[in-house]
Amino acid sequence: MGIPPFQAVLDAHRDDVYRFLVAAVGPGEADDCFQETFIAALRAYPRLGHASNLRSWMLTIAQRKAIDAHRARKRRPLPVEELPEQPASPAPDGEPELWAAVRRLPGKQRAAILHRYVNDLPYAEIGRIVGCSEAAARQNVRAGLASLRGAWER
Amino acid sequence: MNELERALRRGRDTEEGARRASERFLQQAERDGLLDVAYATLDSPVGLLLVAATKRGLVQIAYDDGRLPERALERLAERISPRVLERPARLDDVRRQLDDYFEGRRTGFELPLDWRLTRGFNQRVLRRTAQIPFGAVSTYMEVAAAAGSPRGARAAGNALGANPIPIVVPCHRVLHSGGGLGGYGGGLGRKQFLLRLEGALGSKPRSTPRG
Repeated sequence: MGIPPFQAVLDAHRDDVYRFLVAAVGPGEADDCFQETFIAALRAYPRLGHASNLRSWMLTIAQRKAIDAHRARKRRPLPVEELPEQPASPAPDGEPELWAAVRRLPGKQRAAILHRYVNDLPYAEIGRIVGCSEAAARQNVRAGLASLRGAWER
Repeated sequence: MNELERALRRGRDTEEGARRASERFLQQAERDGLLDVAYATLDSPVGLLLVAATKRGLVQIAYDDGRLPERALERLAERISPRVLERPARLDDVRRQLDDYFEGRRTGFELPLDWRLTRGFNQRVLRRTAQIPFGAVSTYMEVAAAAGSPRGARAAGNALGANPIPIVVPCHRVLHSGGGLGGYGGGLGRKQFLLRLEGALGSKPRSTPRG
């Protein structure tokens, strides 16, 4: 039994990937990142050779694309991060300051928070995707929450 | 759970956006030439059909055996490429011609075919079978002989039973020499239906075209 048709991967994981990207880079850039993520996955797919942990595999690629987007934004001449976030339609709703604060978190904390709360992943899987231990994933979520709480309650 | 955690969880309602982004991804995949197998499903008088095409042409028509489309898609992923994606627009010609055929407006198909799911003697049998005209019928013995194996009627039957592109490659037009219906990969009910649609049921087997 080989790997499943890619349509099955798209059907099963597109919502997870999109949710993660909207939260990670904002709705304005999520579509481009989504496209880059799935194109990269589709290119590599025939060489993957196994079908275990496809969700982690997809989210790992998505996370790399999100990091690229963050870097590209920092290189841009305009301080885009200071611009008001667009109303985060369709989501994240109503809390633009919160999501802006999430996007300002250090990379691993940001990713861990998003995988934990937006995609509901167990810590072990978060560790696999982010590239750290389960305990470190837990620690990243805790640290991320702590700094968000500061921004949130101000 | 506190208020902050609840707010973070509200980042989940993104289905509409995901649908839109998926559509854009599929268009890009097509532009990048990454769509190795495109497929669509359609309703027909012989039940749900899965149609699949590669860049070369129509590669498969699968009847509904109760496990459509999953099983057929898994096999395409195994045998051709795992880059299998639903892209009905890529199959517009196929779907239109099949609709026309079932509604009696068309007696032949003009579609590029990809024969890669079959080889050797089997492929020769099927290529011969593709030349049997609408309304005519042939026999297992005749198509076996035309494929270079006069005693291979049984082998020809197996080749036709495994026809990856039924209807368009009209294996339903091949009958027993004695006039019996023989077999059909999609079940005899469908074979009868297609022959009746073509006005060929009950008529005597005629010879297969030479060439």
